[in-house]
Amino acid sequence: MKMPLSQIAHARSGDKGDVSNIGIIALLPEYYPVLLREVTAERVKAHFGALVKGAVTRYELPNLAALNFVMEQALDGGGTLSLRTDAQGKTHGAALLALEIEVKTDELAID
Amino acid sequence: MIRIANGQGFWGDWLEAPVRLVHGGPLDYLTLDYLAEVTMSILQKQRKADPNLGYAQDFPPLAARIAQQIRERGIRLIANAGGVNPIACAREVRRLAPELRVAVVLGDDLMDRLDELMQSGHELRNIDTGESLAGIRSAVQSANAYIGAFPLAEALRTGANVVITGRCADAALALAPMIHEFGWTPNDWNLLAAGVIAGHVIECGAQATGGNCHADWQTTPDFAHIGYPIIEADSGGTMVITKHENTGGRVTLATVKEQLVYEIGDPRGYMTPDVVADFTSIQLQEDGPDRVRITGAEGRPRPDTLKVSLSYRYGWKATGTLVYSAPDALAKARAADNVVRQRLADLGLQFAKIHTEFFGVNACHAHLAPRIAKPAEVQLRIGVRDARKEPVERFTRELIPLVLSGPPTATGYGEGRPQVREVIAYWPALVPRNIVRTRVEVVA
Repeated sequence: MKMPLSQIAHARSGDKGDVSNIGIIALLPEYYPVLLREVTAERVKAHFGALVKGAVTRYELPNLAALNFVMEQALDGGGTLSLRTDAQGKTHGAALLALEIEVKTDELAID
Repeated sequence: MIRIANGQGFWGDWLEAPVRLVHGGPLDYLTLDYLAEVTMSILQKQRKADPNLGYAQDFPPLAARIAQQIRERGIRLIANAGGVNPIACAREVRRLAPELRVAVVLGDDLMDRLDELMQSGHELRNIDTGESLAGIRSAVQSANAYIGAFPLAEALRTGANVVITGRCADAALALAPMIHEFGWTPNDWNLLAAGVIAGHVIECGAQATGGNCHADWQTTPDFAHIGYPIIEADSGGTMVITKHENTGGRVTLATVKEQLVYEIGDPRGYMTPDVVADFTSIQLQEDGPDRVRITGAEGRPRPDTLKVSLSYRYGWKATGTLVYSAPDALAKARAADNVVRQRLADLGLQFAKIHTEFFGVNACHAHLAPRIAKPAEVQLRIGVRDARKEPVERFTRELIPLVLSGPPTATGYGEGRPQVREVIAYWPALVPRNIVRTRVEVVA
C-alpha cells in the first residue's frame, strides 16, 4: 500500500554551506529495509526537484536504522547568501517525510 | 566518570540554560558553543571598531552570574566565546568576576598571516568550488582554523576555572575534559571518536533532549523548562547522554538518533582535527529513563590538514514583504509580484538573484507544500541580492508603492522599507596542520 514516509520514519535536517543534510530514521529498526528500498538518492533528488540543483548522495547507518542524505546546491547559495525563508534547510527533513512510499502489509506487522 | 554538559548551542541560545545546568544537579564541566560559521566576520568587524571587542559578549556576564557556584563546586567552564579576541574576552570575565582564573587558547586566528601563507604557496582553495582564494583576497574579513581538543586540554591543566578559545571544532569543547581527566593520547583513535561522537550529540544543546525533534513531538514534556544535555563519560569510552532530573524534554533513542545524523555528511568519515569518527560503528541502548548509552565507537587517524573557515564580503541583499487578504489572496500576491518585477525591469535593474515566495503557501516547501484551496491571507516575500549596493537600494523603494498602485488589500507594511544588508559569505578551505601553532595563556 502507498503511504507517506512519515508513517515509518522521523527526520532531522540542517546545512553546511550550500549543502542540505537530511537524516531519515526508521521509527522501528524493523522498518530499515523499507527505507533502504524505497528512499533512494534518485527518488529524493526527484522529490525535491528545482529546490535542489546539485547531486544527492545517500549514506547508510544500519546501526541506527537511519539514512543520511547530502544534497548539494540545495539552499540558494546557503547561509548568508540565500534569499529563502528556509536558508538552512531546517524544514527539508519534514518535506522528505511527505515522500510517498510503497509498503507491503507484512512489513508493518511487527511481532 | 565525569559529567560534561552543553548549555549553549549557538550565540543567541536560551540565556537561562547554562544557569539551570549549574543549579539543577551534579556537573563537572560546562561547555558553551557560541560560534556559527559566519559569526567570526561579525566579531572581526566589532574588533575593528573597538580593539576591546570581537568576542561573544553574552559570555562574561554569564560567567559572572555562575562564578560563585562553579568555584565552590569545582565546575569548569569551557567556551569558544573568544571569537577573534579571546584575550579581551578573558579580561572582561576577570573584570566582572575577579575570583575566576581564566586560561585562553590562541593560534586559530590566521587573518594576520594570510598573505604570508599565500606567498609560501598555500592557495586556500574553496573546498566546495575549488576556486583559489586569490580572487577574493581583498574581500576577506576573517580566517580561522578549526583547532582540536588537545590545546583545550592543555589549558585545563593550568587549573583555570574558565577556558576560553576562539574557533575550535564544536565537539572539541566536550572532548577536551575527557582527554584531560582520562589521559587519552593523540593515537587513542577509538576513545577520541567516542568523545567526538558524544560531543556532537550535545553540541547543539537541547536538540539532543527533545528540542526540534520530529518523533512524537506533541508528547515532548515541558519545552518551556527543557533540560540541556549532559554526557556521563567514562575512561573506557562509554558515553551516557542524559539531562538533569526534574527538567523538561526527554532523552530517548529517537532524540539522540536525530542529533547523531544532524549535519554529519559521510557518517563513516566525520572529520575533526583530532580523529576521523565512524558514526556507523556505535551502538545505542536505553539505560533507564532519560538515559541513552553509546558504546563501540571507532575512529581512524586524524587528517594532516585543518579546516579553515574564512569569510568575505560578497555584496548586498534585501527582502521585503506585503500581505494580501482573502478573497483571492494568492492571486493578488502573484499579480503584485509581477508588478514589482515589471517595474524593476523598466528601470533596467539587474540582480544576481530575485527570489519570490508566497508565505503561507509555499515558502518552506515550494512545490512540495500541500495545496490550500483558499488561503485567508498570503504574504508576498521578495528578496534580491547583488554584488552592487545601488540596485538593491532601489529595490527597497519598489514594494510599498503597491499599497496604493497595485492589487487590493495590501497591508502588513508597518516595518517600512526593507533593510539593505551586507552579505558576508563563507569560504571553507584547508591548510596543513603544522602551520597552525596554538598556545595557552593564563590571564591574570
